[in-house]
Amino acid sequence: MNALTMPVADGWTIARRNTLKIRRSPDLLGAAIMFPIVFVLMFAYVFGSVIDVPGMSYREFLLPGIFVQAVIMGAQITGYTLTLDLQKGIFDRFRSLPMAPSGVLIGQTVSDLLMNLASLVVMAVMGLIVGWRVHTSPYEAVLGFGLLLLFAYAFSWFTATVALALRTPESFNNIATMVSFPLMFISNAFIDSSKLPTPLRVVAEWNPVSTFTQATRELFGNTSSAMKTSDAWPMQHAIPASLLWITVILIVFVPLATRLYKKAVSG
Amino acid sequence: MSDAITAEGLVKRYGEVTALDGLSFSVPQGTVLALLGPNGAGKTTTVRVLTTLLRPDGGRATVAGCDIVDDARRLRSYIGLSGQYAAVDEHLTGAENLEMVGRLYHLGAKRSRARARELLERFDLTDAADRPVKGYSGGMRRRIDLAGALVADPPVLFLDEPSTGLDPRARAALWDTISELVAAGSTLLLTTQYMDEADRLADQVMVVDHGRAIARGTADELKDQVGGSRIELTVSDAAELETARQTLAWVAVGAMRTVPDSLQITVPVTDGPESLRQALGRLAEAGVRVRDAGLRRPTLDDVYLTLTGHQASGADEQVQEATR
Repeated sequence: MNALTMPVADGWTIARRNTLKIRRSPDLLGAAIMFPIVFVLMFAYVFGSVIDVPGMSYREFLLPGIFVQAVIMGAQITGYTLTLDLQKGIFDRFRSLPMAPSGVLIGQTVSDLLMNLASLVVMAVMGLIVGWRVHTSPYEAVLGFGLLLLFAYAFSWFTATVALALRTPESFNNIATMVSFPLMFISNAFIDSSKLPTPLRVVAEWNPVSTFTQATRELFGNTSSAMKTSDAWPMQHAIPASLLWITVILIVFVPLATRLYKKAVSG
Repeated sequence: MSDAITAEGLVKRYGEVTALDGLSFSVPQGTVLALLGPNGAGKTTTVRVLTTLLRPDGGRATVAGCDIVDDARRLRSYIGLSGQYAAVDEHLTGAENLEMVGRLYHLGAKRSRARARELLERFDLTDAADRPVKGYSGGMRRRIDLAGALVADPPVLFLDEPSTGLDPRARAALWDTISELVAAGSTLLLTTQYMDEADRLADQVMVVDHGRAIARGTADELKDQVGGSRIELTVSDAAELETARQTLAWVAVGAMRTVPDSLQITVPVTDGPESLRQALGRLAEAGVRVRDAGLRRPTLDDVYLTLTGHQASGADEQVQEATR
């Protein structure tokens, strides 16, 4: 086995292990699916009755934002699971084996991607029930989900990096909540961000969450001509900007996480 | 015969604490070396350094001819490690755990499955093979972890305190298994706090304290270094234990050791039977009711006490087990 096939083969072995684990402890999968359902219902019926977006129903506007939010929450499972494994002896076993060091992380991120896929499917069905529709071609719809999954995968590597730097589940959860909530709420995911005061508006325009939400809205056709898109570059070119974000995240965090993994287990 | 493990001046520091302080040793192929010492002596650090889990701050070492730093990846395909706590996935079954390890040794799917079944049978886990490890007892976990170390039939094995936390029966069974492995030609580095474990399993024993080797030899050689014999007495209550201690001070040629829980006192002496006769006489005069008295050769426990001047932490427990 060479340097290219080994990480893939080992990653596959680890991904199989994680899938078995998810099957045996469905609470994790349950959480990944229940949380977005609650969010769809809460935002659609609570915020939906007070928030007006020009030219379209709030629910149509909301769903792409909820998709992006679910992906961000879902990708945190990667980091959280790694911190749990770090507390146990299993990483010692892995590191004493002649496997590729990146194999553990590849396996983890791939199995979490499958979990994110499951959660997206559930949410899309929920969305259709509350009145969300795709107004573009099936081809663009598939691209929309593809983009969300790519983002989910890249973001998993980011949470893996944070987790391996922090090492305990408690501190990981604290930081994850502290970072992901502002990231999700100072964006266009749930509201029309053009109405925010200038400093917050600028943050929202350049926030990657806004970029992904905008790109998803465009691909699903959940936009309205009555609602002006911000002039900021990432909002005007949401799809290429999203792809750029994904590339940058992967280029930075795949090697960084791998390096931290090697160090994390060698104290 | 060449050496399966060589270590030269290994140093490992954690901040202010020096865990390994220039440790050097070698283990000839097909033999068993036991690192004996209390918690914090540097035993686990030694294992972690030699199995590439930790990088040393100084010194060099090779395992199966591979340098532990420069040739780590290749080294890992020649070793099996079973640590202090079972390094298995709780949610996976015993069979799934072993199969996963086989795949990560790159044995291939078919061979990994077959090897898993083989090992489960050998470790008497066939009935539990398809149950998640979560429900295993402590002894079963130890066995599945040890089986994990053997998946690739590695020439060099590292067992870090293999019997810690096991009940006496599970321990005896584990010792039998380890003896079989060694008889089949594996090289083994074993760490232990239990003197009887080193005595039973090892060709050579190295006593480690504060990250340094303070003695090395066969169990018998080490016992000879300490010399003489030991009077072992059991008295009737705690007050008598103290009286006995004072009464016997004249006959003792080294540090006496008492185990308050079991009311035992151990006294190193030179002239065995004569010392015992005199000791019993004096104790009778002092009104100590002796419930049990005996004379024995020194154990590794005694070696340890004599060499380090202190008892292994948790030694009371070990002494009790060793003399049970």
